[in-house]
Amino acid sequence: MQDFVQHIINGISLGSIYALIALGYTMVYGIMKMINFAHADVYMVGAFTAYYVAKWTGLESSPGVSTLLLLLVSAMIICSVLGLLIERLAYRPLRKSPKLNVLITAIGVSLFLEFSGQVIFGADPKVFPEVMNQFVIANFGGLELKSSDVTVLGVSLIAMVILNFIIQKTKIGRAMRAVSSNASVASMLGVNTDRVISFTFIVGSSLAAIGSILVGMKYPKIDPLMGMMIGLKAFVAAVLGGIGSIPGAVAGALIMGLSEEMVVGYLSSTYRDALAFGILIVILIFKPTGLFGKYSVEKV
Amino acid sequence: MKNTIITFLAILPLLGACTKKSNDILIGEFGSLTGNDATFGLSTNKGLRMAFDEINAAGGINGKKIKLITIDDQGKSEEAASAVTRLITQDNVVAIIGEVASGRSIAAAPIAQKHQIPMVTHASTNPEVTKKGDFIFRTCFIDPFQGFVGAKFSIQTLKAKKAAILRDVKSDYSVGLADVFATEFKNMGGEIIADLSFQGGDLDFKAQLTQIRSKNPDVIFIPGYYTEVGLMAKQARELGIKVPLVGGDGWDSARLHEIGKEAINGSYYSNHYTTESTDPTVVEFIKKFKEKFNETPDSMAALSYDTAKILAAAIGRTKELTPKNIRDELAKTTDFPGVTGKITINADRNAVKSAVIVQVQGPERKYISTVSP
Repeated sequence: MQDFVQHIINGISLGSIYALIALGYTMVYGIMKMINFAHADVYMVGAFTAYYVAKWTGLESSPGVSTLLLLLVSAMIICSVLGLLIERLAYRPLRKSPKLNVLITAIGVSLFLEFSGQVIFGADPKVFPEVMNQFVIANFGGLELKSSDVTVLGVSLIAMVILNFIIQKTKIGRAMRAVSSNASVASMLGVNTDRVISFTFIVGSSLAAIGSILVGMKYPKIDPLMGMMIGLKAFVAAVLGGIGSIPGAVAGALIMGLSEEMVVGYLSSTYRDALAFGILIVILIFKPTGLFGKYSVEKV
Repeated sequence: MKNTIITFLAILPLLGACTKKSNDILIGEFGSLTGNDATFGLSTNKGLRMAFDEINAAGGINGKKIKLITIDDQGKSEEAASAVTRLITQDNVVAIIGEVASGRSIAAAPIAQKHQIPMVTHASTNPEVTKKGDFIFRTCFIDPFQGFVGAKFSIQTLKAKKAAILRDVKSDYSVGLADVFATEFKNMGGEIIADLSFQGGDLDFKAQLTQIRSKNPDVIFIPGYYTEVGLMAKQARELGIKVPLVGGDGWDSARLHEIGKEAINGSYYSNHYTTESTDPTVVEFIKKFKEKFNETPDSMAALSYDTAKILAAAIGRTKELTPKNIRDELAKTTDFPGVTGKITINADRNAVKSAVIVQVQGPERKYISTVSP
């Protein structure tokens, strides 16, 4: 029983990280109907930004909330700029081209970032600085609740609440929803679609930056190819929940995190990825749009 | 235009084949200069360069200088195979040194054997490597020995009765060590209460560790590489597991402590040599290495340094410089006084030598004991 609860805690903590990255995929898909494969590499750049900022400012040796905030803000700024640049230089010129061209460009941008990362940062893994001091918050008969798990969960939750507020309550959020449901009609009604898309990339990249720092805190090993696997998992989570749906991405990510943890805990780590993708296949067979996805009727 | 390109592509291999003949002795090296375990490749490269620079500065071998040709295999087996093919067919090397990871040596060995070029691995401890043919040698001990050392140390020094194993199923090295540890530990009267797996490159091991925690082992044997072990130690301590972790030479990197921080302190691993040694050969080696590269040599650097010296000695004994003669002389190596101990090559082309157990204490490695075969 104690093991079971521990597996649940581990799974939620892993799932909430997948969720932050899955949100980036799902938002861009919702607005532009394209899969931004470079998203996972923006996440990688976020981790390296934090690594170098901590190194240059000497904050490595002074962990605390202010360090966490500074690293979060700097990584979010750099990632937003990068996301904006990618959209401007790689995707915008192809706005009117077939979907497949944009998709292939996205894969190209992803590879470009991964291998430039190897050249610039070096291919050997770096050690992420200690951002927060670790301490035990509560102890329930051998089950320890660590500050790091709570920080990860807390930061993820705050980010998701803010995101929800932006989309549901603000003017730009309304514009995003309008572009998402029909871009050409929205632009006819005076919505600046280019601006909305740029904003989407900024928000998505910022979430990736937050995710990268949380992962760095939990698993202090970063390298230029770190985005590959976690990006794939987050992408699967987004599809699982119904790509384009924000609650879907969060639910999908939690399902992925929990199921992975359970498989490794009770079966074997060899089956972990097989099960994750197996769940995806089963859900797509019975519900092709994912858990929370909407059927869109093709109008002729 | 299309035709021009096709013609160009067709003659490209021919251009590559026109390598210049030189008077140097060409020795090839393949290693992971980039990739997940890049520190291994970088360290071995430094060890080799230092050894050959010393030999060349002293006038080379019989008047000929050694030239080292290094190819990066990015830590991938398929790249290792193509690197060795290139070294043999294009660069015409007389001998090959590499790799650290057993999986990559196993991928490369059949190619060296096919072309009858001697290949010496400095740190691949999986027994399969030298079974690939009579041109394949190694200058380190083999997995059964490290598994045996781990089991003997756990039972005798740590007084452990129950052990858990966490093996990397993607790595030949890890599976080899884990199998032997399990057998030896049981033979010596211990009990294996959990034998779980992970995959190299994973970040999260909490599920396995949670399972191990509920079984209360006295020791956890983790024959993995330093990146995963560092993360594992951290997560094990977070889950409240306090028993010592024991591992093999895959742990040996300065990064181990940087990733694992205080969580890895107090854990033990078997290794090829210790920097705390008072042997004059070792002291001299460490001093020169620090002067040249401004860092303390890890065991990979020490092993590759020995390998280079053993290979050079074998080349020096040949009457005529052919790969076949080098092979024959390598097989005759007996009691070579290396930095990593006295090295004798046995009939299976494996090195017979002792291992040391060290304890992680921050960036330091404290010498605990020596285990002989």
